[in-house]
Amino acid sequence: MTENPAPGTPEPRIVAFCCKYCAYAAADLAGSMRLSYPADLKIIQVPCTGRIDVIHMLKALEEGADGVMLAGCLEGECHFLAGNLKAKARVGQVKKILTEIKMDPGRVEMFNLSSAMGARFAEIATEMAERIRGLGPSPVPKKPKKAAAA
Amino acid sequence: MIIARKKPIEEILSDIAPYDRILILGCNECVTVCEAGGKKEVEVLASALSLYHLNRRDKKTFGEMTLERQCDREYLEEIRPVQDDWDAVLSLACGVGVQFTAETFPKLPLLPGVDTICLGANEDRGLWTERCQACGSCVLAKTAGICPVSRCAKRLLNGPCGGSANGKCELGADTNCAWQLIVDRLKALDRMADYETVAPIKDWSTDRAGGPRTVTREGIQI
Ligand code: SF4
Repeated sequence: MTENPAPGTPEPRIVAFCCKYCAYAAADLAGSMRLSYPADLKIIQVPCTGRIDVIHMLKALEEGADGVMLAGCLEGECHFLAGNLKAKARVGQVKKILTEIKMDPGRVEMFNLSSAMGARFAEIATEMAERIRGLGPSPVPKKPKKAAAA
Repeated sequence: MIIARKKPIEEILSDIAPYDRILILGCNECVTVCEAGGKKEVEVLASALSLYHLNRRDKKTFGEMTLERQCDREYLEEIRPVQDDWDAVLSLACGVGVQFTAETFPKLPLLPGVDTICLGANEDRGLWTERCQACGSCVLAKTAGICPVSRCAKRLLNGPCGGSANGKCELGADTNCAWQLIVDRLKALDRMADYETVAPIKDWSTDRAGGPRTVTREGIQI
């Protein structure tokens, strides 16, 4: 279950890059299972987490995300063999950069799960939201939310 | 190629402190290949520096540009039309590129974004190791293609020294003894007789000892 934030506490804005073969399917499954997960999680489907580079994570933060998560296949089960391991290394690079620029490295994280793990998806999304809520909103000035396209 | 290493962001932050508009200038050659100062690294550094200053509500702006080469005036000319837009240039090229850019634009403050390390090879993903020190008179014909100038800590031309043990240099277990490598390769090439020839004293005037070096090739000068 999603934790109800204290009144006035904004939901953390989290960008979740999800691999099409596992995490995205797991998110879908979580939906079918009617499990709830944090409302302000923006899921971006990617063909493989190996596509996500350092710059994508930094840009998300620069644009006002409070946290960024990558969710890829279980280690050893990547459809593209080592995409999720590359993603893990890049998350490590971003954590190092964040430390250097005095931001909390916990604002980015890598998760691994399979397409059958709907409940686990809801769990990691909640875990990440709780962590980010603990860290507080990103110090980057917020840009106004764009209106949804008609 | 020339191998460079990204400078710590903390050092860059202190160098850029006096300036508000900073152009981050990458180079498409060696520093792109060793992933220290190409277009990708320019993007990442610009984003990291922007984030740092956004967090502090500092009004600094960062531009991004990557030239084909910074050691060639032809490409440096691309900066001329925009030079007044910037208070300083943070160059991610090797020391040559930084200096040549500075020489070409005398009024533009130039800051280095990388440390230039050596002339080396890409030994493995994310691993570059030194192979040449540009000593100006190559001895590789006599040393089985392994350079004692760059790879032996003492630059011995008649090695090894007494510190060589089990193939490792006395510097430590991470460093192969260059002279062990030379002897092994001479053996493999059946050229151990070469090892018996004492190398004459090397003329170090072609190295840094002779001051800055110049190459002139009149045939191609017009
Ligand atoms: S141990 Fe080998 S590489 Fe090291 S200084 Fe002596 S000769 Fe040179």
